[in-house]
Formats: sequence, C-alpha cells, structure tokens
Amino acid sequence: MSSNKKFGSRLALVALVALALSACDLGGTASSTAPTATPAAGSNAVTASPTTAGSSMVMTNTASMGGGTAMTNTASMGGDNMANTVMLGAALSQSKTAKVYGDSQSKAIKMAMDEINAAGGINGKQITIDIQDDASNPKQAATVYQKFINDKVIAIIGPTLSNSAATADPLAQQAQIPVLAVSNTAGGIVDIGDYIYRDSLSEAQVIPNTIKVAKAKLNISKVALIYGNDDAFTKAGYSVFKQALAANGITITTEQTFQKGNINFSAQITAIKGSNPDAIVASALLPEGEGMIKEARNQGMTVPIIGGNGFNSAKLMSDLGQQAEGVYVGAAWNSAGGNQASQDFVKNFTAKYGNAPDQFAAQAYSGVYILADALKRAKSMSGADVRDALKTTKITVPLGDFTFLPTRDANHTPVVQMVQGGKFVVVQ
Amino acid sequence: MNWQTLPQQLANGIFQGSIYALFALGYTLIFGVLDILNLAHAAIFMMTAVAAWYLIAGLGLNFVVALIIASIVGGLLGVLLDRVAFWRLRQQHAPHLSALISSIAMATIFEGMVVLLPTLGADADSRIIGADLHHFPAGSIPSGNLNFGTMLSLPPIKLLVLVVALLLMFGLQYMLRRTRLGREMRAVAESPKASALLGINIEAVFAKTFFIASALGGVAGVLYALTYNTLTSDMGNAVELKGLAAIILGGMGSIVGSVVGGFIIGLAEVLSIALGGSNWSDAVAFIVLFLMLLVRPNGLFGARATRTG
Repeated sequence: MSSNKKFGSRLALVALVALALSACDLGGTASSTAPTATPAAGSNAVTASPTTAGSSMVMTNTASMGGGTAMTNTASMGGDNMANTVMLGAALSQSKTAKVYGDSQSKAIKMAMDEINAAGGINGKQITIDIQDDASNPKQAATVYQKFINDKVIAIIGPTLSNSAATADPLAQQAQIPVLAVSNTAGGIVDIGDYIYRDSLSEAQVIPNTIKVAKAKLNISKVALIYGNDDAFTKAGYSVFKQALAANGITITTEQTFQKGNINFSAQITAIKGSNPDAIVASALLPEGEGMIKEARNQGMTVPIIGGNGFNSAKLMSDLGQQAEGVYVGAAWNSAGGNQASQDFVKNFTAKYGNAPDQFAAQAYSGVYILADALKRAKSMSGADVRDALKTTKITVPLGDFTFLPTRDANHTPVVQMVQGGKFVVVQ
Repeated sequence: MNWQTLPQQLANGIFQGSIYALFALGYTLIFGVLDILNLAHAAIFMMTAVAAWYLIAGLGLNFVVALIIASIVGGLLGVLLDRVAFWRLRQQHAPHLSALISSIAMATIFEGMVVLLPTLGADADSRIIGADLHHFPAGSIPSGNLNFGTMLSLPPIKLLVLVVALLLMFGLQYMLRRTRLGREMRAVAESPKASALLGINIEAVFAKTFFIASALGGVAGVLYALTYNTLTSDMGNAVELKGLAAIILGGMGSIVGSVVGGFIIGLAEVLSIALGGSNWSDAVAFIVLFLMLLVRPNGLFGARATRTG
C-alpha cells in the first residue's frame, strides 16, 4: 500500500507537469483575431430577400448555388467579360467563432449592394456580390479566395478575421485582385501587398485618439494599466496604450497583468486601488475585461475605466448593468450621432433587419460604397486600375469622411464612447 | 507595494485559498481512500456550477437552496463518473495509470456535454452554455460589502466561502474519524481485499466516497461561480492545477493538509501580485510547491494522514 502511495504521488506530479505544460500551450496559441464586438441582438433574425425583382443577383452561400439568371460560375465567364454586371466576392464568417460578426457584415453588404444597384449601379452595370463562408478559418478563407480568383471577380471584400486575411490575402495579391478588408484590425494585413486595402481602423489608430479625448474630458494625469499578457491582441493594445499615455504626458501608477480565463482580479484591483490612479486603462477582451470592471466596482473604485475595441460591445452593459457606467471605449464608429450617411444607414438597417447595426455592419456597408466608388472611377475593370482608383478614394460614408492613408490603411476620425445610462454615448 | 493594501490583499489571498481548499477536499478524499487521481474532479466542479446556474437563472431559486440541490447533483455525477470511468477498471485490477487516463477522458466528455446544453433567457436560440460566458441574474447573489474602515472591504459571499470551507473540512475530518462510514472508508483505503473479507460492501463505500467528494467539488464550483458571478465551460482548468498543487503541498490524502495547502497557494498567488509581480503569480504558487517538496517530499501533513485520521 505504501508503495502504491508513492506511485500515486509520482503519478500526481507527472500529471501536474503535464497540466502545466498544456496550460502553457494554451497561452501560446493566443489568437490575434479581430476584437470582440457587438453580438447582433437578433442573430436569428430576418433574412432579407436578396434584391429587387428581375435583376441578376447571385446571393448565395454555397458554390453549387452560384448560378443566377445572368451569371454562372464557370471560370470562362469572368466578371470583366460580362456585359452588364460587375462581379465581386465577399468572404465572410457565416459559421463558427466569428459568425456573430459575419452575419452582421453580410446583412450590411446585401443592403449596400441593393441600394447601389437601385441607384443605377456602377456606370449602368449592376453589382453582383458572391458571399461565401470563410468558416472563421484561414484554410477555408484561402479556398474561397481561390474560387473567387477562378471566377475572375473584380475585387474581394473580407475575410472577417485577421488570421484568415494573413493566409488568404497573399493569393489575391498574387492574382492582382484588389482586396478591401472591412474588419481586420491586426498589424501587417495591408503590408501583404499593394492590392490589399482596409477600411477598418486598427487599434494603433483608435487608441491614441481615445487617450487624447479621455485626457481632455477627464483631466487625468496618472492611470493604472492592466492587460492580458498571454494574448497577441491584448498585448499589442497594451503597447499602443503605453505609447499613447507617454505621448499625452500621463504617468502610470502600476502595471498589472492577467491571463486568459482568469476570473479573479481581486489582487490586481487591490494593488491598483492602493496606487490611487485617476483612471484605469485596460487592454482586455470582453470576458476578462468584464471581470476586471466588476471587481474594481466591487472594491469601491469609481474611477473611469478606459478600454480598447475589446470593450466595444453592447454585452458589456447587459452583463454589468450599473457597474458598466463610466467605462470609456474607443471605436471606429458609433450608431449614435455621426454624419447624415450614418444616420440614414442606422435608420434603414434597423427598418430592414429589425435590429440596430453594430460597428462591423457600418464598416462592411461603407466598404461596399468605397469599392463601388473606386469602380466608377477606375479606367477599366482590371485589378491594377481598380487598385489605383482605390488609392485616390475620397468619399463620405457612415464611417465619416473617408480616405486611404498611403499605407492603404483607413483614414477617418474614430470616436470615443462612454457608457451612460446603460448605453454608449459619444464623448465630444 | 502600498502597505495599506496589505490587509485587503491578505483577505484576497485567504478567499482565493478557500476556493482551492474546498476544491482540494474532494480531490484528496478520492485520492486518499481510493488511490485514484481523479482528473475529472474539475469537470464536476464546473458541471455542478452549471446546474446551480440553471436552478437560479431558470427556476429563480434562492442561491442557498440552489447550492444544496446542485451539490447533490454534483454527488450523483460523481457516482456516475465512478460507474463509467473506474468501476470496470477496478474489477479488472487495471493499473493506476488507466484510471488516471479514464478520468481525463470523462473530464473531456463532461466538458463536451456542457457545450451542448441550451442556454436560457432572451438569447436562448443563439447561444449555448459552453460557447459563452454566463452570469447569474442581478440580485440573485448578496451584494454590497462589509467595510472595515478604508483598509478592508469584504463581500459577504466570500465570507460564506471561507466559512463553508472550514465547516466542511471539520465535518469531513469528523466523518472520517468518528462515523461508521469513515471507518469503512479508512479500512478500504488500507486494504480493499481485507475490508471485503470483513464484510464491508466495498462497492458501496466507493460510491459513497465518490458522492461525498464530488458534492464537495460541486460546492466549490457553485461558490466559485457565485463569488465571481461568472460561469464558463472551462472554469475548472484554473482551479484544477492549483487544487492539485494544494493536495501535493498539504500531503496527498490528508484532509487538513489539503485545506492548508489551498490557503498557502492562494496567499502565495495573491501576495506575488501585491508585491508587483502579477506576471509571476502562477509561477510563485508552483515555486512554493517545488521548495516544499524538496524539504518535505510527502508534503506538509504526510501521506498516511487519512488512515490515521
């Protein structure tokens, strides 16, 4: 029996080591995908009928259903051969992890396409957008891109996640087909090549503005910084926050870290509280961010909490209720306020689908208009001409007055929102 | 570190430790009596918390009532676990490693099952338990803090966890020493064969041990979820590793040792954060364990504590 015990102890140690290793491994595979976002309230909601009667739309999710009245998917009938349609491809996550974003994007894209076609299309030609599921998966995104390349689409929208873009976009670059990313926020995406554009602001663009606005509004001079140290997205956010704080002359009282899956933040918050900051700055995804906010409020801290795109979700308010008040979030877009195009978009989207659009919808919707504008101005439908037309984009969309930076990144003014009365309000 | 925060940090550590201690109690009971390292304990911890969530969010039960019912559910899951994962191996005198692997398999199955459970509430169609983070409805957990000056503020739910952990530790200790079941358990731990010859129904003892241990693990799970108002399908992972460290630190199979081990791990973790090393918090717990094993390879309270009480 005692030898059994000894064996058991050793076994336990072996198991402990194995568990520790597996935990490390989990940490290492942290994703760098697009941040958490508003889960559309009714993801089981309305599927709008594709388009106006009698047009030649192809709005399908599967390749086998790719034939419309005027289109087939055979490679020989490339988009630029078509007399009266302009064929675009959109790779969106309609299943798996990023489905919540992909659903929102595909609704917005369909809506933008219908509007553009109803208003006369591209110089008289109708747009056709072939929406395919990238399954939140880089491999499938690459397969979908390959199909688009075979079909000779004029341009590609997507894919939903940055991880997928890193794998699939090089294919389009090689085939010289322009890509417009509408939700990728990770670094390096537009560096893939001169055919890759995006209309989604990166964290590096949103965060400095957030800190600047928050400083002006809240008059903060010292903050505590907390971040997840085992995730590419939250670590990148941490670096950007740190730079932005230094640039604005704000000192850091203490730096605290946590790991994915942590739910107990009591020690970190006590340490932060003891350092007596004017605000807490957090680079976190939603689950850990919520736990952190909850603990801060439970320990009686009422200071503002400033977060990145990870906090940009209506779930923050529904989960935390009163405790979410005073949370500041930088974002590319907010449904309240904005320009006329933005207000019209919110009104029409809500009327059509029964729920308000989120930032992902706004970016996807704006993306179709940006592409359409470039197609109208392009000398021909060749990839190089469309790419050159994108370069000189200057258009007003729901995101604001929009141009591209020389780096092909989006250039428009981000917003800062604060939670007030249970919803996001734009901070002026 | 700001020394004014020390009382609060010590309280944080004790509360965190009491969760580890509660978890480790059931863990160590199964190890001490049955010689099985039950790696599905964390899955039962999580499943019981899910059961409590259904009772509170779905049926609107008071959290104390839900805690009691859920712990019974947890106990029954433990009996099921024993039947499916260990019973047959026991009949065939399979080596220890088989039982260990079998428990890992059951843990995976339990986690997989939870992912398939439907959720409740407004978004019931679109979300499932395992795929998302869940919270208990507002008002179902006592809120507000007990404040002792500006130095210390204690949430009532955490005090409850501490009290429950200590009560269960003493209760379990009493049961093992003074009751018939406890004597039977110790006899089976000493020698299943001799126990059977003496007329002890060892299968019944196994089932009861699993029931008690899993109910304890379940109580830990429910209190953990309630304390942080968070429920996920992988909530057992963090506690599993620390719980294992706690029972090794305290001495495998020792009831008091597992509780003391839990507190030490919790305090080490929190104090490392307090002293400015939040990057190190996980490492420190295991460095403490490592040093302890160098000095006392059997852990604080030795390996045979269960039988001697």
